Amino acid sequence: MVEPQSPEPLSPLEPEFHVGSHGNFEHGVEIILTETRPGSIVQLAAWPGEEKKLIAAIRTVTGLALPDGAGGGVSDGVKSVFGFAPGKFTVADEAEGLAAAFAKVVTPAIGTVTDLSHGRTAIRIAGPKAEWVLAKFFAIDFSLPAFPVGAGRSTAHHDVFAQIQRTSADQFDIYVFRSFARSFWKALCHASEEVGYEVQ
Amino acid sequence: MLITCPYCGPRDVIEFTYQGDGNRERPDPASQNFEAWNAYVYDRLNPAGDHNEIWQHSGGCRTHLKVVRNTLTHEISSVAFMRGDHGRGDHGSAARRKAEDKS
Ligand SMILES: [Zn+2]
Repeated sequence: MVEPQSPEPLSPLEPEFHVGSHGNFEHGVEIILTETRPGSIVQLAAWPGEEKKLIAAIRTVTGLALPDGAGGGVSDGVKSVFGFAPGKFTVADEAEGLAAAFAKVVTPAIGTVTDLSHGRTAIRIAGPKAEWVLAKFFAIDFSLPAFPVGAGRSTAHHDVFAQIQRTSADQFDIYVFRSFARSFWKALCHASEEVGYEVQ
Repeated sequence: MLITCPYCGPRDVIEFTYQGDGNRERPDPASQNFEAWNAYVYDRLNPAGDHNEIWQHSGGCRTHLKVVRNTLTHEISSVAFMRGDHGRGDHGSAARRKAEDKS
């Protein structure tokens, strides 16, 4: 669980996080980059055959109903969930305390709860060129029919593991290891320069 | 080369890690049968054609997969989850038997 900190939790992006417009933005900003800073991020895994019970537990804790299918997911803007592997799900919440809430309903017979609140950094890329910038990083299909809103994908950029959830038609939330987050962020900024980006 | 992960869909081979020949039969860890261990460690069919392989989608969903890859063309004719299959992969067993019959 994330311990309450004051006044603001530290971000690994801090030294490279420069609010404002950057790159080739004279023709307009086509990319918005932000850090979403969820209060909790957890990974849930069901034992074989227990997937349905785990999906029910996700609904109990978050109120979110997971759609069927590999990589299915949903977000209500505050809480998000998506499948990233068979029987495994990432859940994020603006509020703290997700791991404790899941520990009450995900019994040892159903599966496991891993608190990644300190282990991952969540970066949001939005705007009309979001697909285009991400296509430079990841060899997966970012088009809307192949990667619908809410869905999640597990992939890697230069061996840096990344989980990506599409949270709207032109918006993606990327979960990367906290220790790699700053270098990934810098790369994302460089890749966004040619279309103009704004850090918020 | 693309491998179509049954969970993630088609992905570049760079996301996968080769976990070895899928035809091997691992002896019981307590086994004292040195011939069986020798066969597990050293004996390979080395076919020119379809080959049973184990791959892990290490840069994706991280599941282990049984893959049939053609060693001449790199064509991948089947990919399935390993889960539920302990010991020697039964994938492409016809090709394995064919290779064994030749030897
Ligand atoms: Zn996969």
